Amino acid sequence: MPSKLVDKYFRTDSLPHIWCPGCGNGIVTRAIVKAIDNLNLNQEDVCIVSGIGCSSRASGYLDFNTIHTTHGRALAFATGIKFANPNLHVIVITGDGDCAAIGGNHLIHAARRNIDLTTIVFNNNIYGMTGGQYSPTTPTGDKGTTAPYGNIDANFDLCELAKASGATYVSRSTVYGANMIIKQVEEGIKNKGFSFIETITICPTYYGRKNKKGDAVDMMNYLKENTVNKIAYEKLSEEKRKDKIIVGEIYKGQRPEYVEEYEKIIESF
Amino acid sequence: MAEKIVKLMQGNEACVEGAIAAGMRFYAGYPITPSTEIAELSAEKLPRIGGKFIQMEDEIASISAIIGASLTGKKSMTATSGPGFSLKQEGIGYAVAAEVPCVIVNVQRGGPSTGLPTSPAQGDIMQARWGTHGDHSIIALYPSTVREIYDTTIKAFNLSEKYRTPVILLMDEVIGHMREKIEIPDPDEIKIINRKKPNVKPDEYLPYKIEENDMIPAMANFGEGYRYHVTGLIHDETGFPTSNHRIAENLVNRLVNKIKDNADDIVEYEEYLMEDAEQIIVAYGATARSAKSAINQLREEGVKIGLFRPITIWPMAEKQLKIIAKKVNRITVVEMNMGQYFNEVDRVAGKYTKVDKYSRVHGELITPEEIVSFIKEG
Repeated sequence: MPSKLVDKYFRTDSLPHIWCPGCGNGIVTRAIVKAIDNLNLNQEDVCIVSGIGCSSRASGYLDFNTIHTTHGRALAFATGIKFANPNLHVIVITGDGDCAAIGGNHLIHAARRNIDLTTIVFNNNIYGMTGGQYSPTTPTGDKGTTAPYGNIDANFDLCELAKASGATYVSRSTVYGANMIIKQVEEGIKNKGFSFIETITICPTYYGRKNKKGDAVDMMNYLKENTVNKIAYEKLSEEKRKDKIIVGEIYKGQRPEYVEEYEKIIESF
Repeated sequence: MAEKIVKLMQGNEACVEGAIAAGMRFYAGYPITPSTEIAELSAEKLPRIGGKFIQMEDEIASISAIIGASLTGKKSMTATSGPGFSLKQEGIGYAVAAEVPCVIVNVQRGGPSTGLPTSPAQGDIMQARWGTHGDHSIIALYPSTVREIYDTTIKAFNLSEKYRTPVILLMDEVIGHMREKIEIPDPDEIKIINRKKPNVKPDEYLPYKIEENDMIPAMANFGEGYRYHVTGLIHDETGFPTSNHRIAENLVNRLVNKIKDNADDIVEYEEYLMEDAEQIIVAYGATARSAKSAINQLREEGVKIGLFRPITIWPMAEKQLKIIAKKVNRITVVEMNMGQYFNEVDRVAGKYTKVDKYSRVHGELITPEEIVSFIKEG
């Protein structure tokens, strides 16, 4: 029996999804829907905007105003939607390649404007849709089909990037801790400004296989064992901090929100 | 009768005024010469009437933002030039595929690449037609005077709404920056077309379903209670992606045919001294103004010559050109490129008459004298 969440918020006739067995994207997608349900938002008032890639297929499965845009441009489309109709809760679903490589410019500028968008990055550390090429978040040294001898690029810390660019809510979670994702998406939607939630998801098919990370269960166990909360992390010794995934709220601040600032200009006439 | 408003106006300004008269309430853009005044004036005027202006981080972001805004029901525009038009192509393709109305202004400058930023050129004729990948249709309009910029900008919005398609307004740098006296039409006399809205309940709405004898699906706006999916993937009438070959072929055919089959409604042109013409010039935009002057000089010398000036560049006035080609013994296409429209005119008219080209790419407006001597050389 599918859950009530599925019945209410999923377009069941567009299922089954395209994700591989063991993929973590379904966990993130459910968490987003659960957060929307917890906040009791009207489906008519929610707009889901996605880019291109595995994560971005989520928009098609969800029963809201949904748009699957071009590669990297989800935040630019979302900016147009939110600015043109501020009544909509605009939620952006993107991936590490979509948001940090081809869409990196849009990310830093959406954050800089502090426009009221909630962005959830499904970070699987790889380009999954195209078959396993290294992405801006593939750890240095790891392999991809285009990094057969190991990736020599430094990998981005997406949360630090978003924070430095001006986002007013920044957090990280993993698919091992679905409840944390739900809470963070709720916080992100509630924040009047640009919210950035990086969720580490697993890709056993490409990232896992290329880097001998085992199956989905092994990868989930890795997340379980290597995740520390930000507060706990700060108490760890330098040695123990190595390779740890910091989760929880990374940053919360307050700055004027873009659409509201523009409304003030309109009202001045 | 209301008093006529007469203003001295720059071409780029007339574009913004026309857009606002057409209902533009959203503009996203990026500064680039020689189109920048369109962004500047939109920034100044839009908030005063409750509209929105945003300067995006790049050209791709600008077109993406206007597509997003249009989906919420706002009439939206962006303007660019040269390299910026190349960057817009991704978004133009999306708007074609997802059938989102929007207007893209391209005040052309010399190319290729950074080219001649402050000089006129007409080198984007084919990029307007085929710049984005894949088979598709497009509407492109080409005004020749400041007043006509006002009118064709309104027409661009109307056609984009009517046919749910991006419409490209091609402009010449020399007209974009030229000031002319224009009479602003009475707002009541301006014909405004809005997108067709669904007449079914939200749960019965199929966003890409077409009715019999109408190739344009009804469009609901995001936030109005019609929850639907938009994608640049090949999709069926529900809006969801499919790789069904039959549906793919039908969709691409419909996207092309909805413009092609309505060419009579879309195509606009001017004929000047054509009645007794033994030969004609085909020219558009600023070049057509030089051609008119050349024709006047040649007429004084007894040469029976006329002008066919396409205002709608795409789709092409093929039917009209074919009829003309059968009557005249020479067609000369005059343009500031290496013969981009000439190739098309030759394709349509070449089997009926002699088609010549006079092409310059030196970054200066073609003069009437050049045209006169080219025509006389035969």
